[in-house]
Amino acid sequence: MTTTHTQRIRVLALTLATIALIAAHVPAAGQAEDSFPSRSISYVIPFNPGGQSDVTAQYQKQYLEEALGVNVVIRHQPGAGGALAWSNLVKARPDGYTVTGNNIPHIIIQPMVRDNAGFTTEELKPVYLFQSTPIGLAVAPDSPFDTLQELLDHAEENPGEITVSGSGTHSGHHLALLQMQYLTDTEFTYIPATGAAPSVAAFLGGHTDALLANSTDLLSHSGDMKVLAIGTEQRFRALPDVPTFIEQDLAMTAGIDRGVAVPPETPDEIVAALEEAFAQVSANEQFVTEMEELGFVIHSIGAAEFATYLERRTEEIDTVLRELGEI
Amino acid sequence: MGTMLTQALMGVLDPISLVLVVLGVSAGILVGALPGLTATMAIALLVPFTFGMAPIHGLVLLGAIYSGAIYGGSFSAILINTPGTPSAIATTFDGFPMAQKGEAYRAIVTATLASVFGGVVGVVFLIFLSPPLARASLSFGPPEYFWLAAFGLTIIAAVSPRSTLKGLVGGGIGLLISTIGIAPIEGSVRYTFGTVALQNGIALIPALIGFFCIPEVLRMVEESHESGTVIPYKRQRKMVTRVFHRLLRHPWLMIRSSVLGTFIGIIPGAGGNIAGLVSYNEAIRTSKKKSSFGKGSMEGVAASETANNASVSGALIPMLTLGVPGAPPAAVLFGALLLQGMRPGAELFTSHGTITYAFLFSLILANLAMLPLGILLGRAVARLMQQVRVQTMAPLIIFLSMVGSYSIYNNIADIYTMVGVGLAAHALRKAGFMPGPIVLGLILGPIAEQGLTQSLLLGRARGSLTSVFFGRPISLILIVLTVVSILAPMIVQYRERHGKGGTLKAVKQLKQEHPESSL
Repeated sequence: MTTTHTQRIRVLALTLATIALIAAHVPAAGQAEDSFPSRSISYVIPFNPGGQSDVTAQYQKQYLEEALGVNVVIRHQPGAGGALAWSNLVKARPDGYTVTGNNIPHIIIQPMVRDNAGFTTEELKPVYLFQSTPIGLAVAPDSPFDTLQELLDHAEENPGEITVSGSGTHSGHHLALLQMQYLTDTEFTYIPATGAAPSVAAFLGGHTDALLANSTDLLSHSGDMKVLAIGTEQRFRALPDVPTFIEQDLAMTAGIDRGVAVPPETPDEIVAALEEAFAQVSANEQFVTEMEELGFVIHSIGAAEFATYLERRTEEIDTVLRELGEI
Repeated sequence: MGTMLTQALMGVLDPISLVLVVLGVSAGILVGALPGLTATMAIALLVPFTFGMAPIHGLVLLGAIYSGAIYGGSFSAILINTPGTPSAIATTFDGFPMAQKGEAYRAIVTATLASVFGGVVGVVFLIFLSPPLARASLSFGPPEYFWLAAFGLTIIAAVSPRSTLKGLVGGGIGLLISTIGIAPIEGSVRYTFGTVALQNGIALIPALIGFFCIPEVLRMVEESHESGTVIPYKRQRKMVTRVFHRLLRHPWLMIRSSVLGTFIGIIPGAGGNIAGLVSYNEAIRTSKKKSSFGKGSMEGVAASETANNASVSGALIPMLTLGVPGAPPAAVLFGALLLQGMRPGAELFTSHGTITYAFLFSLILANLAMLPLGILLGRAVARLMQQVRVQTMAPLIIFLSMVGSYSIYNNIADIYTMVGVGLAAHALRKAGFMPGPIVLGLILGPIAEQGLTQSLLLGRARGSLTSVFFGRPISLILIVLTVVSILAPMIVQYRERHGKGGTLKAVKQLKQEHPESSL
């Protein structure tokens, strides 16, 4: 008798507590309409953990949370060279709570070379471009080539003989080689790998003559290679002795740019709020120092400028791919 | 290097890692002991849940479960004559007769000490063989990887239970599945039928869960056999020391079994089950008291259990260094590594060295922990073996499979993949195609394809395809091994027909009598 009584009281108390909890949360849900952001934001990385996009996001997380005042949850959605996450982003709710890494040239090349990539470049609404890793061209320490010119001369006389490893087909590395071939009218044999790490391993094992790699990899393996050229406009601060392609009369830059995008219909004021938060992160000295030490170049490019940049790059890439018969 | 090892040691000795070792081994023992739940299944179900953990903690937990489960299989082998996990098959031959004679506790203690010994020896091999092999992996270029994959595919066929042909076809099915999605090298989109979701191919972890969990559950439900009566036992004082002294008198048996176990573990496709059987057979062959085997011989139990626990580390050696898993549970661990952004190869022992070495050290702890945990938990596990019903287990496993597949990337399509793969795997299994070879085909496919395409490109640049494919020393060794592994089953068949037969024949016979060993 007494047990059922206490049980009833417990059930009643639990019910009341539940109702109270729900009630307490209703106004919070209502607030969502007024101010952005009011709940945690998903920051989707279209690649595996441990890659450059992921490393950046992990560094940004804390500062972003301070700037936005809500939790930022990093989620990984690797697949199809990023296309899986981007095809999901264009279908996501345009409320600013899903922000996805936006990598160039990936988002430009994939819709060009695939019948149905699941997204188009224009559909990914640019928010902010915050870093890039310049691409460099390297050969083994005991290689007969000491300058870019020597390598190009050899390639001109022996078309296709020099093998170059890079991260994959239609990747930033592949594009850099295509640009180089297009500008110098030479021919190399590109050996694509499935990612940056295996392509560096293939080169270090002596299986290819040259390597196209991101600045972060060039830095961490600097003892095992001679870097002949780097794809920045001016000399790259972390490798001051390496000349740029431009210095060696090749009018090209090469690199991978990383930023974030939101779904196509996202309202401008939400984009502005996110843009502001990312700008604050990129202005943070500690963040900049940490990133630069790893070999990243930090940018502060807002939504409007990002969009113009995308248009320019799309045109450039379209020309190179068309001229070389890739599309 | 020194600091890396110190950091790794600190990583293992931190309280969370230690707790995870104890939890993992305990859970592993339980999973291994319950018939129908295998080590592979337990790891596959857990991988998604370790994704959120720090990489070191995730790997420590999975390694502890793997070791615990292979050992746990001996409980059901001894107490109900059913291998709780396929690798305990050879343990039933003498373990159960021992229990029938009233020596159940003695058999369990033997299995425990043998498992600890075999496990530790295996890890020592793992720690000393892996780093040089990983460094050597740098000299593996595209042609070497191509031949390695070719060797892996033929050897899974050679060691396939029941039928070499079905093993080969299974590997082929795995290869075909691996071609779905964007081609790894040249980037064309294949077999997606226009759906964006398939661009990435069949997701590895959901596929592994589907392959290793669903057919097992469905078989469990279909057969729905009541687990036999568990032979009760009591702990006896001083049994551990007595068995220990007895085993000390057979140093060669212990050493041979652990070395055999480790090296059989290394061979792709051959896991703890074959390690146990071969080691058991060798024990008979070299014993002076051949007739005592099969009637409750301690040496029989020790041979099987030493070898199967040594095979755990053996199977990890090619997985960590070359990306070719030596056994199905190692295939699932391979998926777990990739999930954490760690690629097998040299980097695992350099830039990820702290995590990798901590994982290896934790395996020693896990094997040592089996002694107290096995003795303390043994009777509780035996009681659970009697009580747990299929009606409880089957829905629980299906539920965990669903949640696990979804939780990796919060992607609903991964659940469809898991269910689709699972049902297909069940149908294939009924037709005699086991999940093991298919999964290895699935993992080796991209390695083979990448190696082949890159070699063709290299050959074009060098002007000679033959020198790229056949002109390199490591390639030549791998080619010879491939040819041998294709011919070996034929030679065995020939010898059988002519009345001769060695270890291989015995293994084949044993496996025909115990088809459940085929996972």
